[in-house]
Amino acid sequence: MDHPDADQPNELRSDGLSPDGVASDGLASNDPGRPVGRRIVLGMLGLGALGVVFGKRLQSAESRALTPIETRDPTGLTALVPAGDRFRYYTITDSEPQRSAADYQLSIGGLVERPMTLTIADLEKLPQTSLIKDFQCVTGWRVPGVHWSGVALPDLLDHVGVQKGASALTITSFDGAYTESLTLDQARRRDVLVATQMLGGPVSRHHGGPVRLYVAPMYGYKSCKWLGGIQLVSAVVPGYWEQNGYDVDAWVGKSNGRDDAPTS
Amino acid sequence: MRRPAELLRFTRGERWVHRTTAILMGICLVTAAFLYIDLLSQLVGRRAIVEWIHVIAGICLPVPALIGIASKAFRADAQILNRFTRADWKWLRARYRKDGTLPIGKFNAGQKLNANFQIGAILIMLGTGLVMRFANHWPISYRTGATFVHDWMAYAILAVVVGHMWMATHDPHALRGMRTGYVPTSWAEREHNAWVAREVARTASNPAEQRPTKTG
Repeated sequence: MDHPDADQPNELRSDGLSPDGVASDGLASNDPGRPVGRRIVLGMLGLGALGVVFGKRLQSAESRALTPIETRDPTGLTALVPAGDRFRYYTITDSEPQRSAADYQLSIGGLVERPMTLTIADLEKLPQTSLIKDFQCVTGWRVPGVHWSGVALPDLLDHVGVQKGASALTITSFDGAYTESLTLDQARRRDVLVATQMLGGPVSRHHGGPVRLYVAPMYGYKSCKWLGGIQLVSAVVPGYWEQNGYDVDAWVGKSNGRDDAPTS
Repeated sequence: MRRPAELLRFTRGERWVHRTTAILMGICLVTAAFLYIDLLSQLVGRRAIVEWIHVIAGICLPVPALIGIASKAFRADAQILNRFTRADWKWLRARYRKDGTLPIGKFNAGQKLNANFQIGAILIMLGTGLVMRFANHWPISYRTGATFVHDWMAYAILAVVVGHMWMATHDPHALRGMRTGYVPTSWAEREHNAWVAREVARTASNPAEQRPTKTG
């Protein structure tokens, strides 16, 4: 490799480079330099590894700081900040399911005394239950203090009458693909809602409206969005995510290998 | 010493590495936006396939550079990008960088920072991405930590990529250098004076390396 300073053009030396290629201010034109690039890369990898190990703590601190701002942010810009306790949008279908409140129907069948189809007006005539509870996703995010209201699932089950022999529910979404499951005992909890209201208004389309399920004590994937049907069955049929490796009994903090604080 | 009108800045192999890396990075950034920004998620749906594209593009991201190691020119440039001279530190602190008082080699210190940042960033994204993708093999806290790093790093990469493209689009000669491989010698004298001196000396002693007079 030839040395660049051997035939450096004169104009490059006009600023005080001495004939040996070293400038009076110490800038050597043949300065081989130091491998700073490698140090940058290794330093970044080190920081990245520290971030992986301690990121959970950092994220909690960040969420505590951000949540009060996020819940009052009219612009929605804070949703772009990583972490922070906010809903993340998931759907398994190609396009977002859409059904207006006027067209909405919930069909209940299977092992029930009185199979029926309920409109939102029908649901509103049943006893109403309100809850303020956290929503915990199995991927880690949690939205504290969400306001939910609608018909408690046990009230709905009493309304349709459960036949002997029924021991589980198969819940389907009107997106045509998503399914969920609950045991009958789980479905009889007072903190499981067929929600028509969420966050102080009708359940929005993005949040699974006009009607969705809210299973307070379990991870979010149990809270089927765009609720279309409930079938009473004799045995649990694992739902969509459960067929993809998630726990069927999805208690917050006691399943899926997670240790989150209970939500209900 | 006769100066050629143009200098070869990037070989075909190097341009291929740059272009494929840029395309893969672009795919990662766009699919990330579709996965991460609710409004876009709702618009596009098809989450499973978007995620799949993102993961595949991310895993492939370091591959062009690894293939590039086979190229002598790529290895030589990587060596230059790795080493920071005292002039580079002065350049970073300098207020006027193009007045000819600082010797600037083939890459200035900013370009060196960009290249090394991207290497580190791609490796971090690959590592944290694999922890997220194969989540079951790691403690929960590592998964959360990997997500945290992946999310923030994505913003840092976006900022640096946008900055890189902004600089490129404001310098048509630099842009053409990466597109065709050749830059005008006059441009290079302003931007990379020490490199020009070296190249002119080298090509003068070896006319075969000069650019053919007419190219497509």
